Amino acid sequence: MSHVIGLKCRECGAEYPAVIQNTCYECFGPLEVNYDWDYISDHISKEKITSGPKSIWRYADLLPLESEKRIDLGAGFNKLHHAHRLGAVLGLDELYILDESVNPTNSFKDRVTSVAISKAIEFNVKAVGCASTGNLAAAVGAHAAKAGLPAYIFIPSNIELGKIVQMLVYGPNVIAVEGTYDDANRLASEVADSHPDWAFVNINIRPYYTEGSKTLAYETAEQLDWTVPDHIVAPMASGALLCAISRGYKELERIGLVDSADVKISGSQPLNCSPISCAVQNNSEVVPVRKFETIVHSLAIGNPADGYYAKKTILDSGGFAATPTDEEIIEAIHLLARTEGIFTEPAGGTTVAGLKKLVESGHIQRDERVVVYVTGNGLKAQDTLLKSLQRPPVIKPMLSEFEKLETPKLDIHAHKEPLLART
Amino acid sequence: MSNVTHARETTLDIGDTTVKTVLDNLIKQFGPDFEKRILDKGEVRRFVNLYVNGEDIRHLKGLDSAVKSADEISILPAVSGG
Repeated sequence: MSHVIGLKCRECGAEYPAVIQNTCYECFGPLEVNYDWDYISDHISKEKITSGPKSIWRYADLLPLESEKRIDLGAGFNKLHHAHRLGAVLGLDELYILDESVNPTNSFKDRVTSVAISKAIEFNVKAVGCASTGNLAAAVGAHAAKAGLPAYIFIPSNIELGKIVQMLVYGPNVIAVEGTYDDANRLASEVADSHPDWAFVNINIRPYYTEGSKTLAYETAEQLDWTVPDHIVAPMASGALLCAISRGYKELERIGLVDSADVKISGSQPLNCSPISCAVQNNSEVVPVRKFETIVHSLAIGNPADGYYAKKTILDSGGFAATPTDEEIIEAIHLLARTEGIFTEPAGGTTVAGLKKLVESGHIQRDERVVVYVTGNGLKAQDTLLKSLQRPPVIKPMLSEFEKLETPKLDIHAHKEPLLART
Repeated sequence: MSNVTHARETTLDIGDTTVKTVLDNLIKQFGPDFEKRILDKGEVRRFVNLYVNGEDIRHLKGLDSAVKSADEISILPAVSGG
């Protein structure tokens, strides 16, 4: 007996065994893991979770692994910050941030990758791989190294230098593809198809991989003492993360770990590549975007596979979606860093900028308990941020030189400008 | 699709045409099992992506997109994130 029955098509319900497969043979729809919820309910408890590892694996009863073998670098079990200062600036009484920038390779992708590579080991594969805009590449590189498996990583050729340095250092085979992420993903799909004993974490073993993102919801609820927020905001690339977070809350309600999963789910995408947000705002079909240019490379997916489900999840829950500009996103990175001491990359800036817009438009109310998911670390995108930062003044090592610098008045709610050299 | 077509690729010799005509030919060749996986009430299914020389047909003219005799048509599931 197991907690996993098999795989099931999200579109037509066709069922399959738990093998390496991500697409339904009947309708090309996406497959998801089909759990035995009675078995899970009988085996899980808050006490068991509390005494579990300080990582996503405390939630192993809700993840699709059969064996005890884990490739675990310690993803998850991250701090849910009570963001008093950012909340005050934005006009929110109770705001929390789950800071994913502190994961082993500094993004939430460590959660999904730990699950996927552990599952790949169960499938006894010869190699692992992925298509990535950067964060997943690093996570796969690191976890493949930990597992001792070769890795093949397909990236668009234009992503941030910091992410390229990070993925290369783990020693995988990195293939930079001329074109967009969509082009890199399509090629990786064809490679996966011709190498059935390679596990591409976000392609042919995607149903297992996406389960890792549910742990963001589990951790939020556990740190809120097994209650749920009123509203969450997440960034959207393919839409899979947002859908998994929603699913995570619903599962907790299903097995009785929380009383209610009545959470409004809102999303944010950069204005220049926002197929899902636009569909939510206009209540229209998700139309793929062909040409786009944004600084938010990690969310730049023109044809999001989970777009339809993300839109439905948002609208069904009473949430909404925002489309901040690249400038608003940079400002939000600064705002988050200066109020809460968290340095995020543009995807995290997109979430905070989206939160700000949703509060301003009235889609999020002052008295709602809000959680935002800040998904990656700003150190990976330093080249993007350089232009918006002022170099520090260089002065002679004399007290009198320091005292000549202009120092602004202190205001605990305002942004602090950096010290400026007098001209 | 190879569970229905028993091949990863196939070649048609029908000259300059449209995507719709190519599909009609493939349906004649591979039967209703092929059709029901690609189309739902005559429209391309939500999770099926059709490309002509790497260009998504939704950015061209949909099923009426032009296909020249040496063009390559790909049928792939939707793009997942990373």
